[in-house]
Amino acid sequence: MTEPINIHLAEGNGRHRAETRFKAYGIIAIAVSLGFLCVMVVSIGLRGAPAFTQTFIQIGIELPADKIDRKDIADTRFGALVKSALREMFPDARTRSDKKQLYRLISANAEYTVRERVIDNPDLIGTNANLWVRASSDADLFIRGNIDATLDENQRRISDKQIAWLEQLKTAQKVETRFNTRFLTGGDSREPEQAGILGAVVGSVFSLTVCFLLAFPLGVLTAVYLEEFAERNRISRLIEVNINNLAAVPSIVFGLLGLAIFLNFFGFQRSTPLVGGMVLALMTLPTIIIASRASLRAVPPSVREAAMGIGASKVQTTFHHVVPLAMPGMLTGSIIGMAQALGETAPLLMIGMVAFIADVPQGITDAATALPVQIFLWADSPERGFLEKTSAAIMVLLVFLVIMNLIAIYLRQRLERRW
Amino acid sequence: MNETTSDQIVIRRSSARRKTIELLITAILILCSLVAVLTTIGIVLSLAFEAFRFFQKVPIHEFLFGIEWSPQTALRADQVGSSGSFGAIPLVTGTLLISAIAMAVATPLGLMSAIYLAEYASSRARSVIKPLLELLAGIPTVVYGFFAALVIAPMLRNGGESVGFSVSSESALAAGLAMGIMIVPLISSLSDDVINAVPQSLRDASYGIGATKAETIRKIILPAAVPGIAGSLLLAASRAIGETMIVVMAAGLAANLTANPLEAVTTVTVQIVTLLTGDQEFDSAKTLSAFALGLLLFIMTLILNILALKIVDRYKEQYD
Repeated sequence: MTEPINIHLAEGNGRHRAETRFKAYGIIAIAVSLGFLCVMVVSIGLRGAPAFTQTFIQIGIELPADKIDRKDIADTRFGALVKSALREMFPDARTRSDKKQLYRLISANAEYTVRERVIDNPDLIGTNANLWVRASSDADLFIRGNIDATLDENQRRISDKQIAWLEQLKTAQKVETRFNTRFLTGGDSREPEQAGILGAVVGSVFSLTVCFLLAFPLGVLTAVYLEEFAERNRISRLIEVNINNLAAVPSIVFGLLGLAIFLNFFGFQRSTPLVGGMVLALMTLPTIIIASRASLRAVPPSVREAAMGIGASKVQTTFHHVVPLAMPGMLTGSIIGMAQALGETAPLLMIGMVAFIADVPQGITDAATALPVQIFLWADSPERGFLEKTSAAIMVLLVFLVIMNLIAIYLRQRLERRW
Repeated sequence: MNETTSDQIVIRRSSARRKTIELLITAILILCSLVAVLTTIGIVLSLAFEAFRFFQKVPIHEFLFGIEWSPQTALRADQVGSSGSFGAIPLVTGTLLISAIAMAVATPLGLMSAIYLAEYASSRARSVIKPLLELLAGIPTVVYGFFAALVIAPMLRNGGESVGFSVSSESALAAGLAMGIMIVPLISSLSDDVINAVPQSLRDASYGIGATKAETIRKIILPAAVPGIAGSLLLAASRAIGETMIVVMAAGLAANLTANPLEAVTTVTVQIVTLLTGDQEFDSAKTLSAFALGLLLFIMTLILNILALKIVDRYKEQYD
């Protein structure tokens, strides 16, 4: 009598274990995916955080009145003045190679900083001024402890002499780490310590504006047509299938389309946010259409019937009553579409928004890059200093994405009506 | 009498005007929805046209069946080896290799996540986990590419070295792993919907005859959901094949006909990007070949998409 019960219990235990195991697989799968997300975000965050600070070095620079034309300050050769200032601070640098190493402590663009200072304050001319200039990327990395001084000299990017000078500067309190405003307010540069992302952000803003102005009306009107006006026939089904397929076309193919049609056929200028926005608009159109149709469908038929019943025409019913009610959902869908467009890189590469552009674009027809393209460009740069800039740019991009998604969620929760 | 007629005229006139406006607006709406159709036509025409020009320079069978890819354009007409070779096979195999790795990562992760979310998770856990997973799809691919090149690839290389494998620093595995994680939410959210669509009566019947939850899922729900899951896997595969930035940043540039995931391979999308960025003369076979590759990519993904949509559609009708 006891045997069958035992068998039953054993079997039950096995089945129970299988049940637990199966459930564990699910938890493991989710943990792996979310763990990857965490590791990625945290490791990029750790790498990127230093890019928001920058080391400055104070140099005592002589600004002789006979070498600076007060009427045309910009014409002065400040580079030579900066170099002689450095030589005076460190007289022990005598050979050519020593001097070269010495000059490399500060940013190659330090002369422009000095020039700006003098233009801002012409009283400095004829005096011996103490000015703060940016340290070079390598010196910056060393000061922040990112270069291992115990390594052999030819295995690190900074020499023993440079280290000695930097230590001297440190003890003289002529080294300072400050918040790197230039990263957020400057354009791209070949020098990592000078590079900023404003140009890329503005490029992205222009592209997305063009994209929204084109894709939102087109998407909403298409959705209105398909949902409210179109009869169920072959043409409307064709459009529908077409939109669904378009949503799954690889983004790079949209780039090829932009290259062949907008640039080569219509002759638009390369590298402009105008063309970038147009390509992104075609790409986000399906997303907006699909979201808009869903929110139109959510408006109950009673609204339409009531409007029709008091004599409104089809167009009046749709545009006075149905569309306004569906608008929050449409906006939400569009913002999510815009967020996708903001992260899109490949199509922009195709239409040439990858050039090195130091100036912040002024309009939609200026050559520009976009934020993700800037990330791609910096990730490709061999300089060590760009590594943290890349990570920092990713952080900025993610912040924009989070803001856009939060707006979408807020709109959905605040404005959307449940019927 | 007079007043009545004038009234009638006014009404008729306004109704005529109303009709014109209605027609006009309908016409505008139709025009707008044609943009999407025109986009597709534009894609097909532009790719086909440029690809046709390419096939005038390089025969189509050489492109489709050639096993060597080294696009060069002659600097001088009489240069040795001036023609370059445009065999797309190594690019296609490279693309398939990386996509296969990605699918091998994403399928178990995505499916198990979907099953857990649909069948086990409480509605509160679900409302937290689901958006978090979808975050993975919202992160731009350039970020995955950077992470793959910066963290995953060196990790694999060092790990491989310590056990005696030589792993290329641009191995297919690094790109495939990152891509796999990226498409997890695609599989999980689509499969989640499909699993949820399986009628409750099937579950109840299964529990009623004494099956456990896991048994019910494995033997009842998954078989019922197979078409929808297959559709979601096809869509994910199409996404992996067309993915560009991850492979541009983490995979190799040189064509390599291999099935070894530790070696560097290149993909169709990587070649399109390298061919079309930088200086280009528009009539060379080198530049035009990018459009032929684009056409190939478009056709590959289109077939997968159409198949996926068909399968999903057919499945939907089953229970409605």
